[in-house]
Amino acid sequence: MEHVAVLAARVERERASKADKADKRMTAEAAVQLIHDGDHVAIGGTLYSRTPMALVFALLRQRRRHLTVSRPLACYEIELFLATGALDRIVSSWVGIGLPWGLAPIFRHYVERGEVAYDEWSHLAMGLRYKAGAMGVPFLPTLTMLGSDLAARLDLQTVTCPYTGQRLAAVPALNPDVALIHAHRADMLGNVQVDGYRHMDVDMARAARTVIVSAEQIVSPDEIAERPDRTMLPHFTVDAVVAAPHGAYPHECYGRYAPDLRHFDGYAAAAKQDGPAAGLRYVEENADKSFASFLNSAGPDRLAALAADAEELAPR
Amino acid sequence: MSEKMSDKTVTAEELMAITASRLLKDHKVVFAGVGMPLLASALARHRHAPHLTIVLEGGIIGATLLPGKLPISTNEMRAAYGAQMLTDITDIFLYAQRGYFDYGFLGAAQVDMYGNINTSVIGTMESPRVRLPGSGGANDIISLCKEVLIVTQHEPRRFVERVDFITSPGYLSGGDSRARAGLLTGRLGAVVTDLALLDFEPATKRMRLKALQPGVTVAQVRAQTGFDLLLADDMPELTPPTPEEIAIYRELRDGPVKVAVEAP
Repeated sequence: MEHVAVLAARVERERASKADKADKRMTAEAAVQLIHDGDHVAIGGTLYSRTPMALVFALLRQRRRHLTVSRPLACYEIELFLATGALDRIVSSWVGIGLPWGLAPIFRHYVERGEVAYDEWSHLAMGLRYKAGAMGVPFLPTLTMLGSDLAARLDLQTVTCPYTGQRLAAVPALNPDVALIHAHRADMLGNVQVDGYRHMDVDMARAARTVIVSAEQIVSPDEIAERPDRTMLPHFTVDAVVAAPHGAYPHECYGRYAPDLRHFDGYAAAAKQDGPAAGLRYVEENADKSFASFLNSAGPDRLAALAADAEELAPR
Repeated sequence: MSEKMSDKTVTAEELMAITASRLLKDHKVVFAGVGMPLLASALARHRHAPHLTIVLEGGIIGATLLPGKLPISTNEMRAAYGAQMLTDITDIFLYAQRGYFDYGFLGAAQVDMYGNINTSVIGTMESPRVRLPGSGGANDIISLCKEVLIVTQHEPRRFVERVDFITSPGYLSGGDSRARAGLLTGRLGAVVTDLALLDFEPATKRMRLKALQPGVTVAQVRAQTGFDLLLADDMPELTPPTPEEIAIYRELRDGPVKVAVEAP
């Protein structure tokens, strides 16, 4: 387990002002150049909701090495990083594909052979790790994880409350090198808005040293100002803004499009049959091409049907 | 169950969900996961507990369900249908830590005589036979909710003397060991299975057989349990699922019943 010096993260934050850049727009290819071998990359969204897939695919294409990836609950994107040899460590509370598809075979292959480390935290502990990082403090006290083998395996420390004497778990701050976030709208300055759930995105981004945001739509600063209550991240937290319509596909984007569960069926069947080879083949056939051609392979009718599903479910 | 399933045959899943739903009281708040816990909670709302508030860890307070369109992730927008409030994940768990959630609802790959749950690994972490997905919110739910209900099929491979790994702490090694670990709040209320209803004896905190599903014997339960069960003084039989419960449950799971047009 890594103990990240939260003060170092703050010093870096003070040194690297993000407020003076007037136009942060760039391509996904350019944005992922901000990620280096050995980095800790936090991936926004949760399971198959609002996952920044356009950015994930761009990163996969780079074949970076020795990465750590963290996520609240991880989906099959983890298996793609594993199958391309990009990962040393996973930090999460749950890694799978999703309930209907059973255990994730490629994840099992690597973890059971000890070829990748999996630091398993509780879901709240993941949230508090990002939150401590976002707050600029080295840990947060909590009543969760006490007494479990999870805590013992992570060598999780406890603290005694100086006022009451109560014993609490001390969950250490997590300050990722890079956070990848997918949003509904962003302006060129880096103001970011989402609809629906925020998952752990706000704390994850504020904890990270570098923040890359992809957005369904790039809008004007005036449009952001029309609904400031929807703004999840202010411009001075964000380094790069990438236009990515359908940028969470085949995962869902709240109110925009439902997840493409048929695509999941195909992936899961191949992974079950061929293991890591299927993961590598998936990357070569999908991620290694442009995201636009990946969307084309799904076809306009499929994307329209998923948008109609979302329309039906979204509150008005 | 050996009988061929028909409309009148209740599956193990249905039996467990219906039994669990009856434990949820009106005007309470339940923290439910997707799958059977969510269905059981929704059934309670549609039957005897219309003011039950369903909370999902994706950030949903006051979830309702579109019959036949159940979410398979608590983070997808399908789970937000008709909700009263959407917030973020960490915030939901902090409501639990503050003590707002009356019930927490968990499944288990393995559970032991003290209600400790394993969803991390079969075998050891050093040489795993099967690495499971992990805790998700289970560790937090069992640590932070007021009363925890465990729902799982009754099989020897699940009901083990010691879990391979304590993902989610029940009563640890019994007695006051849970409190000594710093878990000062929360208790394990019940274990619901397809064979029985169980609870935990107050002093030793060992699992205790409390009631039997219809037609099941104590010997059958013992045969499916990998440790010595304590027995309650009375051993009543649970009321079988009613046709109304079965019908509501199936409609929630599968959608409105389609009336078949009979061929002439």
